Amino acid sequence: MELLQQIINGISLGSIYALIALGYTMVYGIVRLINFAHGDVYMAGAYIAYLIANRFSEETVWRFPLILLASMGGCSLLGMAIERVAYKPLRNRPRIATLTTAIGVSIFLENLVRVAIGPNFLGFPEIITRTSWEIKGITISNVQVVVPGCTVLLVLVLHYVVHKTKAGKAMRAVSFDRDVAMLMGVNVDNTIRITFAIGSALAAAAGVLVGIAYPRIDPYMGIMAGLKAFVSAVLGGIGIIPGAALGGLMMGVAEVMAVQLFSSSLKDAIAFVVLIVVLLVKPTGLLGKVASEKV
Amino acid sequence: MRAIENEFVRRFVVPAVASTALYWILVSIAYRNDYYMYVLTMCAINVIGATSLNLINGFTGQFSLGHAGFMAVGAYVAGSLTKFGHWPFVGALLAGMAGAAVAGFLVGLPTLRLRGDYLAIATLGFGEIIRMLIINSDKLGLKFLEGPRGVPGIKRYSTFGWAFFFAVVTVWILANYIWSTHGRACGAVKEDEVAAEAMGVGTTTYKVMSFTIGASFAGLAGGLHAHLLQLLHPASYDFLKSCDFLVMIVVGGMGNLTGSVLGALFVTLITEALRKLLELRMLAYAVGLICVMLFRPEGLFGTREFSLGALRFLAPRRPVSQVGGDKSGAT
Amino acid sequence: MALLETKDLTINFGGLTAVSGLNLALNTGDLHGLIGPNGAGKTTVFNMITGVYLPSSGSIIFDNHNIIGLQPHEITKLGIARTFQNIRLFKGLSVLDNIRIALHMRANCSVPAAVFRLPQYYREEHRIKQRAMELLKIFGLQDLAEKTAGSLPYGQQRRLEIARALATDPKLLLLDEPAAGMNPQETKELMALIRWIRKEFGLTILLIEHHMEVVMGVCEHIKVLDYGVTIAEGPPEEIKKHPKVIEAYLGEEIKSA
Ligand SMILES: Nc1ncnc2c1ncn2[C@@H]1O[C@H](COP(=O)(O)OP(=O)(O)OP(=O)(O)O)[C@@H](O)[C@H]1O
Ligand SMILES: [Mg+2]
Repeated sequence: MELLQQIINGISLGSIYALIALGYTMVYGIVRLINFAHGDVYMAGAYIAYLIANRFSEETVWRFPLILLASMGGCSLLGMAIERVAYKPLRNRPRIATLTTAIGVSIFLENLVRVAIGPNFLGFPEIITRTSWEIKGITISNVQVVVPGCTVLLVLVLHYVVHKTKAGKAMRAVSFDRDVAMLMGVNVDNTIRITFAIGSALAAAAGVLVGIAYPRIDPYMGIMAGLKAFVSAVLGGIGIIPGAALGGLMMGVAEVMAVQLFSSSLKDAIAFVVLIVVLLVKPTGLLGKVASEKV
Repeated sequence: MRAIENEFVRRFVVPAVASTALYWILVSIAYRNDYYMYVLTMCAINVIGATSLNLINGFTGQFSLGHAGFMAVGAYVAGSLTKFGHWPFVGALLAGMAGAAVAGFLVGLPTLRLRGDYLAIATLGFGEIIRMLIINSDKLGLKFLEGPRGVPGIKRYSTFGWAFFFAVVTVWILANYIWSTHGRACGAVKEDEVAAEAMGVGTTTYKVMSFTIGASFAGLAGGLHAHLLQLLHPASYDFLKSCDFLVMIVVGGMGNLTGSVLGALFVTLITEALRKLLELRMLAYAVGLICVMLFRPEGLFGTREFSLGALRFLAPRRPVSQVGGDKSGAT
Repeated sequence: MALLETKDLTINFGGLTAVSGLNLALNTGDLHGLIGPNGAGKTTVFNMITGVYLPSSGSIIFDNHNIIGLQPHEITKLGIARTFQNIRLFKGLSVLDNIRIALHMRANCSVPAAVFRLPQYYREEHRIKQRAMELLKIFGLQDLAEKTAGSLPYGQQRRLEIARALATDPKLLLLDEPAAGMNPQETKELMALIRWIRKEFGLTILLIEHHMEVVMGVCEHIKVLDYGVTIAEGPPEEIKKHPKVIEAYLGEEIKSA
C-alpha cells in the first residue's frame, strides 16, 4: 500500500519532469543544444501564472485553464525571443559557445525575476481547490489527478502536432538532417522557432502544475528541476519524444522512493546517480538506438 | 648545448624573473589594502581553476562541467587537514591536490565512452554528486564535516604570496605539459579521436590524464580558496562555480592558455567591480556574458597566445628552418 | 609466414554483412590492391585490420600477433599504419604537428621530463622535429611546416596523410584511395611516390583505389570485393580479363581506359 502511495506521489512529480524534459528533448533533437535556460522558462511559467492568478482571483471553473493557457502563451513568446536573440546568431558556432550563452540566459532570467519580483519563496495561490479522497488507505488528491491528467493531454496534443501537422513533419525532417531538410524546402528558421515555442509552452505548463502541486515558487526553482528534467530526457534517449515522457515519470518515482528509503537530503543526488548509471550502461538512453561512427 | 642554455633561460629564468617582478608590482600597488589583497588572491586562485579547466576542455577537447566538484575535494581535504590534523599548509594543499586527482581519475575513467554534451552532463552530475556527498557527510560517518552547515574556523593561510606562487607554478607546469609531445597528443585527441588512435595515440590514456591533472589543480585552487574564505561550505562549490570557470575559459578563448589567465582575471575583476550594483550585479554579469558570446564568440582574447609572443621577443625562438635544414623556413 | 593474414574475416552491421569470409595474405614487401564497387566493404576491411571495428568472426594475424580485440593505437604500435578515405588530418593543427603527433608513439619522453623540462625532453623534442622535417622534405611539404593542415590544397593533404602514416614507422601501410580527387599529374607523381616509399622504407602495402590505372600500374596482386564477398583475385592482367569482375565493376572503366 505504502509503495502504491509512493508511486502515485511519484507520478505527479514525474509528470512535471516529463513536461520539462519534452522541451529539452525537442530542442536538442533539432539544434543539438542543451538549452540550459529551459529550466528558467519553467520558472517563468510559474511566475506568470502567479501574477495572473493574483490579479484575477475570481473563482470559476475557467480560472485554471485560462491561467494555464496564458502562461503557456507567454512562455512560448519568451522561448522564441530567447532563441532569436541568444541562440540563432550562434547556430554555426562551436557548441561550447552556445552552451555558455545558454548559461548566460539562464542567469539572466533568474536574476531578472529576482530583481523584479523578489528573491524569496512565494506561496502559489490555490487556483484549484484541493480536495482529497481516501481509498483503502491510499490518499489521492484531486491535484494528483489533474497534474498527470494535464500532462497526458498535452503529450497527446504534442504527439498529434509532431506526427500529423505540416510543422511537425518539418520538425522531424530538420531533426533528422538539417541540411537535407533545407534542400527539400523546409523553412528551418521557422521550424526551430516553433520548436522553441512548443517546448517553452510545455515548460510553462509544468511551471503552473508545480505551483498547484507544490505551492512554493522562487527564482531558482528552475535550476534543479531543469537539471532533473534534462536527466530524464537523457534517460529516455535525448531527441526521442516518448523517451522524455517515460524518463520524466521514472525520475519522479525514483526521487519519491529515494526520499522515502534514505533521506530527503539525498533527493537531488538520486537524479545524478541515475544519470551516470544510465550514461555508463546505455549512453543513448533507454529508447535510443546505438549509432556507431562510420569511419 | 647553447640551444639548451637558451631554452633554460626561456623556460626557467624568464618566467621566474618576470613573475617575481609582477609580484612586487602588484604588492606595491595593493599594499595595506586588505580588500585589494583579497581580490588579487581570488584572481590567482581563479587563474589556477581556469587554466586547469582549459587543459581538459580547451586542449584535450573534452567537455567538463564538474570542475567545482574537484575544487570541493581539494578544499575539504586541505581544510580539514589543517584544521583537524594540524598539517602544515603546503602539505595540506598537496594532499588536497592528490585527493582531487583521485577524484578526477575516477571521473575520467567511466566518462571515457561519452562525448560532447553527454560528457558535459555526466561531469556535471559527478560534480553535483561530490557536493551531495559533502552535504550528507554527517550522515555518512564524517561528523566533523558538519554536512550542509559547513566547517568554519579554517585558518587564513592563503596569502596573496602563496596564491600567486601557486598560480605561477600551475601555469608554468601546464604550459610545459601542453607544449610537449604529450600536449600534442592531447591536441590530436581534441582534433580527431579516430585519427589519433590510428597514429598511435592512446586516447584513453590522454583523456584520463587530462582529467587527472586538471582535477588536481582544481583541488589546489580549492585548498587555497578554503584557506582564503576560512570556511568549508558545500554551497561554495556548486554548479554555478563550475560555470564560472567555464565562462572564464570561453571568454579567454578555448585552447588558449594565456587567454584563460586573462579570462580569469577579467571575470574576477568584473565580478568584483559589479558588487557596487548590488541587486543588479548578476543581471549585468549575465548581459555581459551574452553580449561577449554574441559579438565575440571566439572569446575576448581569441586563440592567439599572448605571453608567448612576449617571450619570443625576450628570447628569440630558433626558426624551423635551422632544424629542418631548408632555406625558406616558417611561413 | 605471412606478415598479415586474415582468415574468414566477417563483419555484420545489424542485418548487413559488409564483409564476409575474407582471406588475405600479404608477405613482407608485397604491394597488393583491394578493389570493388562502392559499398563493397573495402574500407571496412581496413577498419577491421586497424581495430576500429571489431570483426564478427574470423582471425587477423599480424607479425605473429593475434590483433583482434586490440585497441587501434596498440595495433599501430605493432606496425600497421593507414590513411583515410575521407582524409582525417588534424586539420586545426600545423603540418609539422601532424607529423610530430605520429612520432609521439615512439618518442621516449616521460610526463615528468616534459613538465620539468629535463634534458630527456630536449633530446626527444629535437629528434622528433628533425625526423618530422625529414619526412616533410620527402613529401615536398617542408616549406609548409607551420601552415595549418586544413588550409592545404587537397593533393597536399593526401600526401601529408601518407607522410603522417609513415611517421609511425610501420611495417604495413594501408592506403585508402590515396589518388581520390587528384588530377592526372598528381596521380602520376603519387604512383611514383608509392613505389619509392615502398622500396625506401621496406614497406608492405595494401591499397584501395578506384583509379584503375593506379591499381593496375603499381599492384602485383589484386583482390576484388563485391557485396563483401571476394569475387576474384590474381595479378592485374588476369583481373582485367576476369568475366565476373568486368560484370560486377570494371566493364565501363576498362573500356574507356
Ligand atoms: N559503422 C557502420 N555501420 C553500419 N554500416 C556500415 C558501417 N560502416 C560501413 N557500413 C556499411 O558497410 C558497407 C561497406 O562499406 P565500406 O565503406 O567498407 O565500402 P567501400 O567498399 O569502402 O566503398 P567506397 O568505395 O564507397 O568507399 C556499406 O554498405 C556501408 O554502408
Ligand atoms: Mg571506402
